[in-house]
Amino acid sequence: VTWLHRYAKFVVACTVLLITAGGMVTSTDSGLSVPDWPTTYGWNMFTFPFSKWVGGIRYEHSHRLIASAVGFLTIVLAIWTWRVEPRRWVRRLGFLALGAVIVQGILGGITVLLLLPPAVSIGHAGLAQLFFCLTVTIAAVTAPGWRYAVHPVEDATLRKVAVVTTALIYTQILIGATMRHNDAGLAIPDFPLAFGHVIPPAWNAKVAIHFAHRVGALVVTVLILATAGHVFYHHRRRQELTRPAFFLVMLLSMQVTLGAFVVWSTMDPVINTAHVVNGALVLGTSLLLTLRSFRSGFERLVQPIHQFTASPDRQIPRGVRT
Amino acid sequence: MPRIYRAVGCVLLLAAAVACDGPDNTPKAPAPAPDAKKVDAGTAATLRGKVVLEGTPPANAVLKMASDPACSAAHTGDVLAETFVVNNGALQNVFVYIRDGLGNKHLYDAATEIVKLDQKGCRYTPHVVGLRVAQPLEVSNSDSTLHNVHALPDTNREFNTAQPIQGFKNTVTFTAPEVMIPFKCDVHNWMSAYVGVLDHPYFAVTGGGGTFELRTIPPGTYTIEAWHEKLGRQEQSVTLGEKDSKDITFTFKVQ
Repeated sequence: VTWLHRYAKFVVACTVLLITAGGMVTSTDSGLSVPDWPTTYGWNMFTFPFSKWVGGIRYEHSHRLIASAVGFLTIVLAIWTWRVEPRRWVRRLGFLALGAVIVQGILGGITVLLLLPPAVSIGHAGLAQLFFCLTVTIAAVTAPGWRYAVHPVEDATLRKVAVVTTALIYTQILIGATMRHNDAGLAIPDFPLAFGHVIPPAWNAKVAIHFAHRVGALVVTVLILATAGHVFYHHRRRQELTRPAFFLVMLLSMQVTLGAFVVWSTMDPVINTAHVVNGALVLGTSLLLTLRSFRSGFERLVQPIHQFTASPDRQIPRGVRT
Repeated sequence: MPRIYRAVGCVLLLAAAVACDGPDNTPKAPAPAPDAKKVDAGTAATLRGKVVLEGTPPANAVLKMASDPACSAAHTGDVLAETFVVNNGALQNVFVYIRDGLGNKHLYDAATEIVKLDQKGCRYTPHVVGLRVAQPLEVSNSDSTLHNVHALPDTNREFNTAQPIQGFKNTVTFTAPEVMIPFKCDVHNWMSAYVGVLDHPYFAVTGGGGTFELRTIPPGTYTIEAWHEKLGRQEQSVTLGEKDSKDITFTFKVQ
């Protein structure tokens, strides 16, 4: 299980890389620089000459190759989980992730063939985050610390606030994707004000989407601070909660800063992509905190580990974090 | 069957349904009236004119072609965008056409001549071009690199075609009038062109002298529009009598 956990973390890292590559495609407006799919200018995707990776093709084609690699890694993850993981729901998670990455690849192809209709592109962006969440979940629940937990947290309030926070972060990401794929990133060209006012004086669909993303950022900020505050106040000795809570606040402050710089830099592609990737990290970290707040509910699903049940002080193997 | 398989199956079916082409519902040019007649060349009028720019035009952006060695190797020195091509106040690349007044009472010869739009030196040439509904537009790639020809119309059908090798050509037609249709290349994001599509032959693109000429216009009162990619649109009303020959001037201003 330990190696499976390490491998699952590797898949999480590769998924972050994939989200980065996908973010660069949209940020550089390169989504249609390779007009065909699954071929690349008629070539097999894997034999497309490197000398032809020019202009926007670099972003789109590398995104496709990284996606293929992540797809392969996910096949391995699903099979590996199926073979070694005793918990049926975890085995199913592996295949759910595989299904998600397959649908994600098809959505990516369809959005190219249909010339980037916003609905399909937003679906592609939204499913990317769900796939990322699946890989984070698999990595989290295959961790030794998860399986050998002695006294999992029992805090209904934390569970509620963490679930709401994670759900709203995902909603906020969907609003952001809607904004990106409708070219509304600069619909309000100033920050922190909107056309020099707190509330935009003039409205259209793009301004509304953009403003909703700013309001969403405010709501998410309040919720993350509430979650982290709750953790630090009630569970300050629980490292498995304080760590993600701390990172969540750090990532949040970075995310707000990046969001401001996206506007101030008039959507510099690198800053824009960093905002997308950091948003995924905020979601993943919040999900990790949420999962850990629910860990006690999974106890009955964990297979008994006989060699570690002799005495309470020997329940946790050496070197294993809870 | 487990729920997850059903869900994945539904998504795939939906995706396939979306990907399939539906019936052709692209807009069509309005049909001529049953009593429409050919324009009588003996009584037709001519409209000439000039487009001028007042003020100092903004500097054209330097095109950064470093992302493709084949593009940068095609030029020596800086390559400038063709947004403001001004010669002694005369503004080039302005599309001038009869916008209103022709109605559907005239018949025009079918336009069969092939209009050419080339990609050379990683630029579209010409930058602005006009053609008729159903008239063939041949888009070619003269570069030793790959391009994609991506048209972004509002009313006609959008397309995005790969041109992976030098000498590649595609011929396209448009089904409805539209002024203007932007063309881009997503590989080289600096490349742009504008195509005006009309259901009559009365249009022109200003050349180096900023001048234009519309010939064989039936007598009548018309709205003439001048379009520029950054300066927008201007219009004038002109009444042309039999065998008239008139001159008009469009003046765009920059601060």
